[in-house]
Amino acid sequence: MSADNIERFTISVYAENHIGLAGRLMQIFTRRKINIDSLTTSESEIEGIYRFTIVIHVTKDQVVKVVNQIKKIVDVMTAFFFSEDEIVYQEIALYKIKSSTLLGSNVEMVVRKNAARILYVDQEFTVIEKTGHKEETQELFDKLKPFGILEFVRSGRVAIARPMPNLHSWLEEVGLTDKFLVNPKK
Amino acid sequence: MEKTIKKVTGAEAVVLSLLEEGVEKVFGYPGGAIMPVYDEFYKYRDQIKHILVRHEQGATHAAQGEARVKNRTGVAIATSGPGATNLITGIADAQIDSTPMVCITGQVPSHLLGTDAFQETDIIGISSPVVKWSFQVTKAEEIPWAIAKAFYIANSGRPGPVLIDITKDAQFSEFDFEYKKCEFVRSYNPIVEVSLDQVKDAAQAINSAKKPMMIVGHGVLLGDAQKEVLKIAEKAKIPVANTWLGASAFPAQHELFKGMVGMHGSYAPNLLTNECDVLIAVGMRFDDRVTGDLSRYASQAKVVHFELDFSEIDKNVKADYPVLGNCKESLTALDPMIIESDGRDEWFARWNELEKQEDEIVVQPDVNPTEGPIRMAEVVRRLSEITEGQAIIVTDVGQHQMITARYYQFMDTNTNVTSGGLGTMGFGLPAAIGAKVARPEKEVVAIIGDGGFQMTLQELGVIMQEKIPVKILILNNEFLGMVRQWQQLFFDKRYAETVIESPSFVKLADAYGIKGKSISERGDLMGALTEMIDSKESFLLEVMVEKEGNVFPMVPSGASVAECRLK
Repeated sequence: MSADNIERFTISVYAENHIGLAGRLMQIFTRRKINIDSLTTSESEIEGIYRFTIVIHVTKDQVVKVVNQIKKIVDVMTAFFFSEDEIVYQEIALYKIKSSTLLGSNVEMVVRKNAARILYVDQEFTVIEKTGHKEETQELFDKLKPFGILEFVRSGRVAIARPMPNLHSWLEEVGLTDKFLVNPKK
Repeated sequence: MEKTIKKVTGAEAVVLSLLEEGVEKVFGYPGGAIMPVYDEFYKYRDQIKHILVRHEQGATHAAQGEARVKNRTGVAIATSGPGATNLITGIADAQIDSTPMVCITGQVPSHLLGTDAFQETDIIGISSPVVKWSFQVTKAEEIPWAIAKAFYIANSGRPGPVLIDITKDAQFSEFDFEYKKCEFVRSYNPIVEVSLDQVKDAAQAINSAKKPMMIVGHGVLLGDAQKEVLKIAEKAKIPVANTWLGASAFPAQHELFKGMVGMHGSYAPNLLTNECDVLIAVGMRFDDRVTGDLSRYASQAKVVHFELDFSEIDKNVKADYPVLGNCKESLTALDPMIIESDGRDEWFARWNELEKQEDEIVVQPDVNPTEGPIRMAEVVRRLSEITEGQAIIVTDVGQHQMITARYYQFMDTNTNVTSGGLGTMGFGLPAAIGAKVARPEKEVVAIIGDGGFQMTLQELGVIMQEKIPVKILILNNEFLGMVRQWQQLFFDKRYAETVIESPSFVKLADAYGIKGKSISERGDLMGALTEMIDSKESFLLEVMVEKEGNVFPMVPSGASVAECRLK
């Protein structure tokens, strides 16, 4: 397998909220020595069903096999994978800087130009928030770096498929729709 | 559906749940964290038979032995900590060989979880890569639900092992017991509807084949599709080979049967895998021991793959015509579409030519030697003849196993019990105990090497205590033979740690009250084998065999199946 064929895939896993499931998911990747770029989990639009969004760098062949293995886990409803152009996705980053650096600097302009926002300010620290793709949050990081970044954290990816197979179409396909409360949560 | 409501403890609920699942026998070992359940085994001893093994690994292999000869879920019980960790090898073995098994382990009381309490271990965590499903019970009320789900998952779809870990407090507390069999798990879809389109495409490929070949795997036995396979093979005149776990799915003396594929498989099916035009794989997963170098495997052939597990399709070998689903269903649908063939003389002539070469160079010297020490192959072939291929044969792992695969002519179905995927030495003796307990009416012979026997020989104690008439055939070459063979072929005969001394196996058997005999002369072979088979009790026969015998044919590691060597 040549490194040229490696691309970034986003895997969406829909699973029961059972203890140990995340570990079981991770084993599928560790066993194949695949590094996970990011991992996000939250309850999905169906009550009790959790959605894991996992980003990996692999070949198409690998992602197909990995997703098949994920689908085999008893507590997993189903899983899909998407290439970059098949999804709409977002990440969030937080940057902590010293409040004193705000004075007499152009941090304000940097924040404005990057469509970021100030989330929290006290006498000592200021926290800036930026949502966007990794390249965008990274760009802000680079710009804030000269002012001294005390802490930086970037979330995993959350992603929604463009019109592609999703949990609802899958439920319909396997005739399980009536087993789930498929109304969006209030 | 029957429902019973009764106030019971969690421990009693465990036994009641097992009874609800039709379990008659369990294999296990008591200990602190599982004692309440054992107290109930004592109470219900007239309804459920507990067989005390000598090491928890033995309980898993015995449960596997039972599962494999009956296609029924085997049950193994152990305590927490070391009891639970000792199950792991058997669980991993059951997972890779798709064997339905439910393991129940005791666990420290729930308030002590995570405190490094005495005999606490995270068995859910440790086992999770090798179980099909697992669940930790911390409340008595969860027991019937968890056990029902465990049995459903273990033996539906592609079978596998399930582990239920039950804290001691959950075993003690009382609740209203009500049992409902599990028939649906919303996140789990074991039943795949066979697509008629896929079957039609497969039929077309098979019908247009000039040089077809079929490989049957374990899935045929699990799906109970032996008759369907036979019918289609006969109708379309297709030569049939099996994988090692597929042995006993197709009658070995049938004219269409061509032996085993893979590393120590037969010459013709290995070579012709790379000459056939349509390769029909039924219920098998193209394991690396079967395929050799994947990039040079059957690349000329159209591959038709009948398979229940979607993740196996295209995993190793790309299927041109995948047919997803239970092979009994898909082959039943396929049958009427298959056009009767009037024979394939040229193609069969090619098979015969290669078979003749193998017979001359390998088989005849192996099974009918006239001089020199006894050879493993002749022992197995004589056993095959004496038992008319009808015995349940349980093997351990190594040369004796591959020799059995080659020379025991399985004529009855579900009679091959072996550790295939994991290759677990020590599997043989306890698995044979499980097989015999499950099918007491059948002759059960454990064929084991001198190395593997010493890994689990403590289970002779079970044979002694329960008077289980298992026959034990030890093929003793005073080496760890398979590794020695590789050292001879690939490591310039540097026999690193493969010389193994053994105790007197006959005296050892005697210490357990088991009759035994050791022979080393060819003239004694038939008599000794007959005596073993005729014995009403357990019998251990040790045959001293050629020390440096090798198993051929052989596809060396990483070679193509076309490079199968006869010597």
